[in-house]
Amino acid sequence: MAAILDAKIPEGPLEQKWTHCKESLKTVSPANREKMHVIVVGTGLAGASAAAALGEQGYRVNVFCMSDSPRRAHSVSAQGGINAAKNYRNDNDSVERLFLDTLRGGDYRSREANVYRLAEVSNAIIDHCVALGVPFARDYGGYLDNRSFGGSLVSRTFYARGQTGQQLLLAAYSSLNRQVAAGRVTVHSREQMMDLVTDHGRARGIITRDMVTGRITAYPAHAVVLATGGYGNIYFLSTNAKNSNGSALVQCWKKGAFFANPGFVQIHPTCIPVHGQYQSKLTLMSESLRNHGRIWVPSREEDVKALREGKIRPSAIPEQDRDYYLERRYPSYGNLVPRDVASRAGKERCDAGLGVSRTGRAVFLDLSVAVAKHGKEFIENQYGNLFRMYEKITGDDPWKEPMQIYPAIHYTMGGLWVDYHLMTTVEGLFAIGEANFSDHGANRLGASALMQGLADGFFILPYTLPAYLADKTTEPCPDADSDVFMRARVAVQERIDRLMALKGSVPVDVVHRKLGNLMWDALGIERSAEGMAAMLPQLESMEEWFRKESGITGSQTTVNQELEKAIHLEDYFTLARLMHRDALHREESCGGHFRIESQTKEGETLRDDSRFQYVAAWEYKEEGEVPVLHREPLVFENIKVVERKYG
Amino acid sequence: MFFVLKIWRQSGPRTKGYFQRFEMEGISGDTSFLELLDILNNRLVSHGQETIAFDHDCREGICGACGLYINGRPHGPDEGITTCQLYMRRFRDGSTITVEPWRCGAFPVIKDLMVDRRAFDKILQAGGFISANTGCAPEAHTTLITKKVAEESMDASACIGCGACVATCKNRSAMLFVASRVSALSLLPQGKPEASRRARAMVARMDELGFGSCTNIGACQMECPKNITVAHIARLNRGFLYCKY
Repeated sequence: MAAILDAKIPEGPLEQKWTHCKESLKTVSPANREKMHVIVVGTGLAGASAAAALGEQGYRVNVFCMSDSPRRAHSVSAQGGINAAKNYRNDNDSVERLFLDTLRGGDYRSREANVYRLAEVSNAIIDHCVALGVPFARDYGGYLDNRSFGGSLVSRTFYARGQTGQQLLLAAYSSLNRQVAAGRVTVHSREQMMDLVTDHGRARGIITRDMVTGRITAYPAHAVVLATGGYGNIYFLSTNAKNSNGSALVQCWKKGAFFANPGFVQIHPTCIPVHGQYQSKLTLMSESLRNHGRIWVPSREEDVKALREGKIRPSAIPEQDRDYYLERRYPSYGNLVPRDVASRAGKERCDAGLGVSRTGRAVFLDLSVAVAKHGKEFIENQYGNLFRMYEKITGDDPWKEPMQIYPAIHYTMGGLWVDYHLMTTVEGLFAIGEANFSDHGANRLGASALMQGLADGFFILPYTLPAYLADKTTEPCPDADSDVFMRARVAVQERIDRLMALKGSVPVDVVHRKLGNLMWDALGIERSAEGMAAMLPQLESMEEWFRKESGITGSQTTVNQELEKAIHLEDYFTLARLMHRDALHREESCGGHFRIESQTKEGETLRDDSRFQYVAAWEYKEEGEVPVLHREPLVFENIKVVERKYG
Repeated sequence: MFFVLKIWRQSGPRTKGYFQRFEMEGISGDTSFLELLDILNNRLVSHGQETIAFDHDCREGICGACGLYINGRPHGPDEGITTCQLYMRRFRDGSTITVEPWRCGAFPVIKDLMVDRRAFDKILQAGGFISANTGCAPEAHTTLITKKVAEESMDASACIGCGACVATCKNRSAMLFVASRVSALSLLPQGKPEASRRARAMVARMDELGFGSCTNIGACQMECPKNITVAHIARLNRGFLYCKY
């Protein structure tokens, strides 16, 4: 029988838990810190900020990234903004309100104490980022500006044009660079994690592969921090950067870290629709556009037909023949409902035959009213770069006709299970940012990913990780030539040799694209027991196809992007089965996990709190064996769990 | 559409490179330039041949990973975009397209179209930051920053570190890259205390790493995918002239 998961949530009132926790955490003497080695894998907001903060304290930090530079990490692509409970708009925002919005947005499937702490540290993130030189948008008085995001009735999102992620990452990266200059942090670029090394249940280091020379290296450490982001690329087409992958998560899962809520995936409502057979990714149009944009489809089928045939232009459709379906269905939140709600509503209209574009899988995002009201210059200032990006990709001018959008895979709420200290079930292995499961429940609110990444990296891990190290200051760093490391290196080498032996003629991308389609159909916006049952045999045959027919050319001792893709795809097959199992077992709808069998009369998600108010944490067993489910009950001491309504 | 591609192949930093010719048929105009390379690479795998190495990641023009020299221009014929934002509809049907890596001593070729741009990281490590420890920041509104200054800083901070400015410069100078970072930080009040040290250290490091000097050609500004202007170089030079730095 499975042991009970202890989340180590501190005692005491909600608003004092983090303070009490910090007071109780042990610290390491400054003189001892330079003897302690920490590995951070990933250099997005979470990884870069954690490495910088630990470097500032004086620890020896080795940082790994797959790209040529830490600055390329996928956090760079975040457009809209970062939330904080500053209440600069005087619209009655507070830590309490940000906490409630986030918890409710996640459909009560996240841990109360973690979410409260996230809201609590949000303000310090803004202060620190300003100090680091982030050029946040300002008003004429020199004060910071805010915009609104979905799932909230206050204006609390800080932004730097449509490039907030880039600006925040530059800040975290510059902090990291400062520590590199100080000699406390070493960056290993173009080096990919291939395995986690454990000994007696404790994380001892990692094995990496140099992506230029193919060299396999063992790096020992006192603690390992995983900040490798999400696994949305399992769907092949997503808004994720092409190199983002779930391999490190799978490696850690196989070494004993439980994987929590793997089936919780966010589908973002406003992306540029799929248009071509060889398309490699989907581009997001920031949620911030919903501040001024209105989403609609024609209400008459004749108009839909005429649009598809190119006989009329969208702007020619009169107001009374448009269905602003979000405003119609959710009058109080309107176009600013959470992402899962907006995605489903869009799919519902397209399923009803009212979708636009040649494929019928698109809706309009219309800013013409806002342009008329505020002027072109204002909209250009706010969203100019997004308009240009749209025009480049589609060839259509969004100033003339509304943009066409459709939902796409964007973010994974699931990830490694962590306790309140952000430690996984493997002692000494921590997971931060999108790589853990903690704060967003079954749906993440817009502008909260950046907040969580920096909260974990700057303000939470730098307290909890030293507490783990505190009683280990006399322990030497593990020996890279010891048996556990040698065995792990051999295993990695064997795996690479096995993949390099794939000499079929089917490119890895072709298999991956097929896997993505299968995942999108069975584990996309809507899931059903029937659909998921049909998925499994196809998954099996697809994996066999991959092992028998796919081919990798080139050598393993130079740059080999086909080999890299094959490593990721092999892990995605493992992950696909896990996501399938998780989504199938959760026979309720919540947030982005919409089970067709569990919906209200109005077609909204219907939770089953009596059966599923828990975190599903899956334990890996041997290859081919069924993973074991562990449940962490979600106890809400301070709020009333109610139906999530945005009407 | 039909294209002839002449692509630079080079197996390693110290090996001799050459152009390899490929014919691509039945390409939709909505295919992005990198997707064209994906299609070509899949074809190579099917024929058991080694694929063409190239850097790419976000494919939406913000990570700065991609960078190809296309028909003699970094990021291709259009202004204000990265290679991943270039679409085949931009080219004439039947045309020949030449694809090369960035060519610069400070960015050695790793393989084919992939170059090593870690020199940019090294320049930033020399001083491209504000020395604020985590936890020491005052309330964000204690320092007011005028909209104009914040916008100017943002314009400079839009740099994605792709290296197009260096690739197009006849001197292989990294002045646009350095000056934009110096401007982004030093325009803000938080960045002023270190402004002098920062500018000196970054410029010195740039020289050490083998980048050339700026002779005010302005090609960098023409090719910058984020439209960063040489005004930042002028500001940096002015700082040196008036002994501010």
